[in-house]
Amino acid sequence: MSAPDTGDRPPGAAAGMSSQAGLAAALTPVLTVAASLLGLGLLWGLAANAWPSRAFPGPGMVWQVLLAEAANGELFYHLGATLGRVAAAYVVAMVVGSVIGVLLGSHRSADRFFAPWVVLFLNIPALVVIVLAYIWFGLNEAAAIGAVAVNKIPNVVVTMREGARALDPSYAEMAAVYRFGLLDRARHVLLPQLQPYLAAASRSGIALIWKIVLVVELLGRSNGVGFQIYLYFQLFDVAAILAYTLAFVAVMLVIELFLVQPVERHATRWRRRPA
Amino acid sequence: MQPVGGVVPLRVDIAEKIFRSAQGVSIKALQDLSFEVRQGEFACLLGPSGCGKTTTLRILLGLDKDFSGSFQLPEGGSDRIAAVFQEPVLLPWRTVEQNVRLALPKSLRTKNLDGLFDTLGLAGMRALYPAELSLGLARRAALARAFATEPAVLFLDEPFASLDERTAERLRHLLLTVWSARPTTALMVTHNLREALMLSDRIIVLAQRPAHVLGMFDVRLPRHYRNSQVMSDLLRSFQQKFPGVA
Ligand SMILES: Nc1ncnc2c1ncn2[C@@H]1O[C@H](COP(=O)(O)OP(=O)(O)O)[C@@H](O)[C@H]1O
Ligand SMILES: [Mg+2]
Repeated sequence: MSAPDTGDRPPGAAAGMSSQAGLAAALTPVLTVAASLLGLGLLWGLAANAWPSRAFPGPGMVWQVLLAEAANGELFYHLGATLGRVAAAYVVAMVVGSVIGVLLGSHRSADRFFAPWVVLFLNIPALVVIVLAYIWFGLNEAAAIGAVAVNKIPNVVVTMREGARALDPSYAEMAAVYRFGLLDRARHVLLPQLQPYLAAASRSGIALIWKIVLVVELLGRSNGVGFQIYLYFQLFDVAAILAYTLAFVAVMLVIELFLVQPVERHATRWRRRPA
Repeated sequence: MQPVGGVVPLRVDIAEKIFRSAQGVSIKALQDLSFEVRQGEFACLLGPSGCGKTTTLRILLGLDKDFSGSFQLPEGGSDRIAAVFQEPVLLPWRTVEQNVRLALPKSLRTKNLDGLFDTLGLAGMRALYPAELSLGLARRAALARAFATEPAVLFLDEPFASLDERTAERLRHLLLTVWSARPTTALMVTHNLREALMLSDRIIVLAQRPAHVLGMFDVRLPRHYRNSQVMSDLLRSFQQKFPGVA
């Protein structure tokens, strides 16, 4: 600041500086994440160099496997299969879980009766549900998706039951006085109030579901990321296992960033402009 | 202008309304409450806080069916009712205009609301969300919603409570303006005697809980004659008829 030419700095310069500062502030979190991931990769590379082994490949090798699998189309085929199952199980779990949750949340006596069921289902291990589903319904797609959904439904029920308990009755009364139709009630009164709970159930839902889908694929499907991981487990090919895992994590992050968060921002736009 | 809103008056005949708490304590809120509001008339239900005014409106709005007795709503023209609640009760996730239009029957959804919004001073606020409005503006939006539906009967529950006196006074004038354009049978709850004298054709005076009718006070004078001199005369004659009330 002691430079002799500060006196004839153009008047816009100060504003330019502050907008640069704003840009830097916006970029800092992104840069931090990038640096953090780079650090992890570096640490991984160093460790792999220190203990060279087929069971612990470095990032470079994993990257090469990833490129090879992408080039021959295998990667996208299996990613697609898994993604389809995640989406189907997600939709089934959210719809069924929300309906049950809202019903329980708005009917006290039903809730008291069924609450132990919810607790029971919450505590059944995912593996048991998957095995039973395959035994009872056969090794088919419906059993696979159903088993994943059943694992997730109790969580959705619990969250949506909270949401239904928090509904403000004055909105429902206003809707009754002004004779809102059923559809309008759902769209304009019920869903906006449940939105934060739907978002919470969605978030934890996708994270849980894709992990269970891998197990379902491992146990009884002949495609998908879970099936591939099992295959490469038998071949003891750790590089391929990591390649598939990282690819799928990346896909889920992209979905979170470019689908879940924008939808949420849109749904809560009315909150952002306080009086 | 001819009053609209049906040929049948609003007839209320509630024998009893009892609240039972979970602990088994019961509160008798209403007992032998009966009155009538003639078609096109603006009536006020005046009574002390906690006497059962909101309870009465909730019964008439069909929100509370657990009572003994009966009532009849005005018919003819439209069969719709409208309410301005104690709180504005606007959907926070919908704009002012969406809030108003959602309350309209499908056949009126696209009707022109410019006049109504203009009268209520909401012309520039149609695209705002309720969180962006002051309480006074939110109450105007609630009035807009009620009048837009062209109801056969209009219920108002202390719509100007918790506003500062200047804002409340402006809103009372606005209410009179929109109401006079289409005089609807209206029943407004208040514990403010001055407000009741200024707005109503007739005041239904309620006793302490359990609410029942103490008597009627008719204000036959047209509203534009009710200047401050006349108001204090009205106040005096009201207090002669109902000593000890308000
Ligand atoms: N849901 C309820 N449960 C129990 N008591 C109630 C309930 N609603 C109102 N009351 C009681 O009924 C009486 C009348 O209430 P209200 O109609 O709200 O009075 P106000 O005339 O002030 O509008 C009050 O004593 C109140 O405590
Ligand atoms: Mg009240």
